[in-house]
Parts: sequence; structure tokens; C-alpha cells
Amino acid sequence: MIARVLHRLGLDGRTAVIAVPYLWLLMFFLVPFVIVLKISFSDAQISMPPYQPLLHWVSEKALQIQLNFGNFAFLVEDNLYWKAYLNSIWVAGVSTLLCLLIGYPMAYAIARSQSSTRNVLLLLVILPFWTSFLLRVYAWIGILKNNGLINNTLMALGVIDQPIQMLQTDFAVYVGIVYSYLPFMILPLYANLEKLDLTLLEAAADLGCRPWKSFLKVTLPLSLPGIIAGCLLVFIPAVGEFVIPALLGDPGMLMIGKVLWTEFFNNRDWPVASAVAIALLLFLVIPIMFFQRAQDAEAGGGSHR
Amino acid sequence: MMHGRPWFRVVALVLGFAFLYVPIISLVVFSFNESRLVTVWGGFSTKWYGALIQNQQILDAAWLSLKVAAVSATLAVVLGTFAGMILARFGPFRGRTLLSGMTTAPLVMPEVITGLSLLLLFVTLEQLIGWPAGRGMTTIIIAHVTFAMAFVTVVVQSRLAQIDESLEEAAQDLGARPAKVFFLITLPIIFPALLSGWLLAFTLSLDDLVIASFVAGPGSSTLPMVVFSKVRLGVSPDINALATILVSVVAVGVVIAGIAMSRQQKLRDRDAQMALAANQQMIESLKKG
Repeated sequence: MIARVLHRLGLDGRTAVIAVPYLWLLMFFLVPFVIVLKISFSDAQISMPPYQPLLHWVSEKALQIQLNFGNFAFLVEDNLYWKAYLNSIWVAGVSTLLCLLIGYPMAYAIARSQSSTRNVLLLLVILPFWTSFLLRVYAWIGILKNNGLINNTLMALGVIDQPIQMLQTDFAVYVGIVYSYLPFMILPLYANLEKLDLTLLEAAADLGCRPWKSFLKVTLPLSLPGIIAGCLLVFIPAVGEFVIPALLGDPGMLMIGKVLWTEFFNNRDWPVASAVAIALLLFLVIPIMFFQRAQDAEAGGGSHR
Repeated sequence: MMHGRPWFRVVALVLGFAFLYVPIISLVVFSFNESRLVTVWGGFSTKWYGALIQNQQILDAAWLSLKVAAVSATLAVVLGTFAGMILARFGPFRGRTLLSGMTTAPLVMPEVITGLSLLLLFVTLEQLIGWPAGRGMTTIIIAHVTFAMAFVTVVVQSRLAQIDESLEEAAQDLGARPAKVFFLITLPIIFPALLSGWLLAFTLSLDDLVIASFVAGPGSSTLPMVVFSKVRLGVSPDINALATILVSVVAVGVVIAGIAMSRQQKLRDRDAQMALAANQQMIESLKKG
């Protein structure tokens, strides 16, 4: 019945099925970016919504478009934004590297353990992900603050007489990001390392290759797709991270996610917030496209297996 | 880092899991602390749980969050199943690249960008067509569906890639229409994936602070928004109590799911063994015959 109606409208079932998620994503994912772009070119004004329209009816027939590049000029001229972008990329980059250094040995160890323990270990990696991200970041406040777990323990042991300032430092932000994103690094690495053909390593050993050398020459290069996927999954969202620097970092720490939040909620400058978002997106377009390629290749490879 | 060095693997796992679990354990332990100073032990007490239950603001926010999470997870599963099905089974069509792009980009998109862009969409729509009038539960649900469906799509798509298409093809050869094939064959097979997709979407929605902060109106604060405004002012033990409740619910759920899955696996293994044995017998008897 429905099929017949659709057919009369010139739509077959297949098109209708495609249309449902397609229209949703166009409407609520793609169109919003166009609007952000539009508003980033408009002037701020005190009203609701707090920006001027781009299109003006000058006379009865002429429609004037006023593009205001002022917001972008403002971003380029003000050192604060440059520093925030560069600092976010730096912090995200260092955190990604730390995640890789901690996550790779863990993923490797899980992939090489017996299959019965493997599932339990994997579950233990995923479990924190199911509990609230916000509360897990909050846990670190209690651990890192001046009368927190680490300082109290060290003082009780007599290692230090005065608490070390750890909360509200860059160190705390690194800890928070590495902690929150570690599962995103481990899972793709594990998925890759688990597929590794062990006979390759045996062959290398038979030919006289030392274990660490066969790791560097065989395992590491073959796990490159997993490394790339894991790093992108950590790096891209970490660049725009807001919660972790807001809760654990120094109030003056410049991270672009925090700057955008402040422009929007505290200064109520929607056009500048939009310009910050567009500039951030431009930084991230290339890594996001890389991620998409990797994801697509993974999905395609899955169907051939 | 090789077979010959199990100590290395043990050390990596012990240190790694300690890093992952010490903060969670400390949250739980200090929720039973008598003292208000979260990290100084003042004796055992459950008074923070009492304080939590009497905090009307937190209860209201939790109720709103649960409603939002249930509705948006359900919608995300429906839309995500459509998208996963299309990407895994429909072959090439015009606009496929855009669809796959729009379903993977939300996985990594910084939340501040998603939140801001959706808010600006809602404001523009309200100006143009008067809908959505104001912001609140509806706008939070739409936002959560949009980013959670990306995760469901990945889960469904990868599950469909694993299963054999021959069952669906057989049904089609026997004359079943595509819709019938989907509901009678595909859907039952991928049902576990839909269930885990639903749970994932539910958790993501329950957990989201940034996107909800942008698209929520005044008077519609979700649980993470209330928690955030509280912990910004410092540690407070009733938040530890809240975390403990959440961790216990998740732990119990995961253990139950784990047991159910391993039982299913065992059943499947047994079936496979029986099939293999039957096969063997048949071959033997054929040889004799």
C-alpha cells in the first residue's frame, strides 16, 4: 500500500529508505554548518538573536548582501586566538602521543593474551567508557588537588613537606585527556594487532631476527592503520576539548574549545564564536577526511573478509 | 615486546588498568566518607546518599536526562539502522560518499562545534517557521539523535559486514519482498547489535554536557549540566555518591551482558561442534556406503 503511494510519487522503496537518514543528516548536520558560516560573517548586535541579518532589502527589488569579514580579521589580529589554536593543537598532539605510548603496550598485551582472558581485559578497557565522562574527570580533581590523594599520600610518607601544585596546571589537563581518551586509542589498536599473522613473526625469528627487531620491522609497520585510526580518534576531539581544561586546567589556560565557550556564553558574541568554530573546522578538515578514509577502508575490508 | 617476555605484558596491563581504575575506585571510596573534605577520611557514613536523594534539583535533572536519553537512543537506533543498512547493503548510489561522510564526521567532531551549529540552526528555524518554539527537551533530543546515530550506524554497518548475505539472498530468491527480508531475516540477526547500539546511544546522551548546554533552554538543565555547575565550585561528596550509583549500575549491567554473551557463545560453540560431529558421521557413513 505504502509502496504503491510512493511509486505514484515517482519514488521507489529504495529511494525512500535512503531518504530518511539522508534528510535528517542534511537538516541537522550539514545545514547547521552553513548557518554557522553565515553568522560568522555578520555583525554582533544586542538583541535576540544577537547578530544582524546578512541580507537587507535595500529598495523594493534589490537585495543587498553585507558580508562582514571583521570577525575573521579580529581572530587574525588578536594574539589570543592564535595562541589558543596553537596551544590546543600542541596539547592535543602531546596527549595523543602519550595515549599511544600507554595504549600500544596495553593493546599489544591484550591481543597476545589467551582468548579466555582477552574478552575480560577488553571489557575492562570499555567499562570506564560506559560510566560518565564528566564524573571521571571530576575524580581527578580529588586526586590532584593540594589536599588531594597524591599530595596527602606523599606528605604522609614524608617525601614532600609542602603540597605540589598539580590541579590547575597543564599537567592536569594532559592527565585528564589521556585518561578520558585512552580507550579510543586501545580499541582500534587492539582490533588491528589481533588480526596480525603470528607466522610472520615466527618466520622472522627463524631467519635470525631478534625479538625487538622483528617488532620494529614487522609488527609496528603492520599496525600502522590501527595507530593512525587511534591517533585521529584521540587528536581531533581533543583539539576542541572544553570540559577537561575547564575543570582541571589553569583558568588562564588558552584552549580553543574554552575560548569558543566563553565567547558564546559569557560575552554573548555569537558571530565571533561562529568565526572561531569555522576556523577550528578549517584546521580539522584534513584530519577528519583522513579519518573518514580510514573508516571507509575498514568498513570495506570488513565485507570482504 | 615479544612472546619471550610475558613480564613486559603483565607490567603494561597492571599499570594501565591501575591508571584507568584508581580514579573510579577513589570516587566510590570517598562517597562513604563522613567528612565534607572529600579526600580526608573522617569515618564511614552514608549520609551523602541521603543528601543526594533530597536534592530536588539533581533529581529533576536526572529524570529529564533519563527521558531524553531513552527517546533519543530509540530514534538514533531507527535512523542508524537505516543508515547502516544503506551503507552496508545498498551498493553504490549517487550521494553515497556524502552520506558516509555525514555518518562518520560526528564521531570525531569537537562537541563545541556540533553544539553551536545546532543551536544556530534552531534559532534560525524559529525565526523562519516558528518551530521549534523555544529550546528545551525537543531540541536536546534532536541534537542527541544526530550525534548518537553516527555511533549506531558504525555498529550496525560493521555487524552487517560480518554476516553472510546468502541468507538474505536466499529469502529474496524464494520471492520475499525486500521489506519482508529485512524484518524476517536481517533484523533478527542484527538484533544484538541494535541492542548494544541503543545502550551506547543511551549512555552518550546521558553523558553529554557540551551539546546539551548549547541547545537547552532556561529551565531544562540535564544531569551533566547540574553536575558541572556544582563541581566547577569544587569537590562535593554527594557527587561522589551519584558517581558510585552510576558505576554500580553500569558494572552490574556489563557483568550481566558479559555472562549472557559468553553463554550464547558457548551455545553457539556447542551447536557448531554438534554440526561438525554430524558432518563427520555423515562422511564416515558415506565412506562405508
